[in-house]
Amino acid sequence: MRRLFFILPLLCLAGLVILFWRGLDPARDPSSLPSALIGQKVAEITLPGLGDRPGIASTDFAGEITVLNFFASWCAPCRAEHPLIKELASLPGIRVVGITFKDTPADSEKYLAELGNPYLAIGVDDSGRAGMEFGLTGVPETYVIDREGIIRYRLAQPLDAGRLEKELKPLLAELTK
Amino acid sequence: MRHWPQKALLALLLLCLLSGANLVLPSYALAQAELPDVPLADTALEARARKLMKDVRCVVCQAQSIDESDAGIANDMRRLIRSEIASGKSDDEIRHYLAARYGDFVLFKPPFKASTALLWAGPFLLLGLGAVIMVMFFRKRTTTLAPGSLSAEEMRRVEAALQEGPLQEPPLQQTGEPATRPDHGSGA
Repeated sequence: MRRLFFILPLLCLAGLVILFWRGLDPARDPSSLPSALIGQKVAEITLPGLGDRPGIASTDFAGEITVLNFFASWCAPCRAEHPLIKELASLPGIRVVGITFKDTPADSEKYLAELGNPYLAIGVDDSGRAGMEFGLTGVPETYVIDREGIIRYRLAQPLDAGRLEKELKPLLAELTK
Repeated sequence: MRHWPQKALLALLLLCLLSGANLVLPSYALAQAELPDVPLADTALEARARKLMKDVRCVVCQAQSIDESDAGIANDMRRLIRSEIASGKSDDEIRHYLAARYGDFVLFKPPFKASTALLWAGPFLLLGLGAVIMVMFFRKRTTTLAPGSLSAEEMRRVEAALQEGPLQEPPLQQTGEPATRPDHGSGA
């Protein structure tokens, strides 16, 4: 019993040190939220296509490995990540599709004309309702959906080269196997 | 005619402002291309919607409910809640819909289930643990003080010590003072 009184404060101290050490990790974002839909089947959505391009329907996801990217012409980080989306589109065996989020078709067209179009299909979500089906918190957001139509990955921030190499490419390689 | 140059200047200034506004407004309007947030006509349904909005967290601002947030996503959620309530959905169905997509974090009052059990029961568990420790502590103290805990041999020694009484008391005895206290009860 008396030994416990010596050990207990030490254990508390060790616990606090671990807690604070983790809190000091610069890569940790305390406001990032868990993605509730990972491992879940993709929501049932049907979106009209942008212009005369094909739109997005949840039935399209079956049998294909899909990278789904929400974007908008008014979103600056979308422009920043656009070259990486193009790089993803050049990978074999995967299908990159986009959804324009609360954007006018004319502005989306201008954005694609300026930066290039890496998307095989583009759905128009003008009300933001499709975004809500995915638990979207803002644009850009990127999802990976496997052949069974199950969401395997979600990035709720702009894609960067580090994440592309360390997270997305290994996952896509594993899925295309 | 004296005021002509001033008027021209004013007109020019206005023109600049207007064209400036024209240049700036479209992109602003796009970023803020929110559909209007119209209250329901039925006051009872609107009251229900507002009550529910106060319990739904804005996933962008996080410390605000969607009832008080200006974020685009909060606006979307308000419109969703109103349209779902108008179409006859229950509050729980809407809560469930949002929690399934945004996680329990989106509700200010998370539901009680396996993954949140510790969150809800934690304080009571700690309170119970404290009570148990307290009971153990006091029980131990009272048992060591209870007369029944002495063995027969110990009780005999206690009796003997009590009978010897005054002899065991320190030097006071040797100064010749009486063993009983004087003036007890009669003094001031």
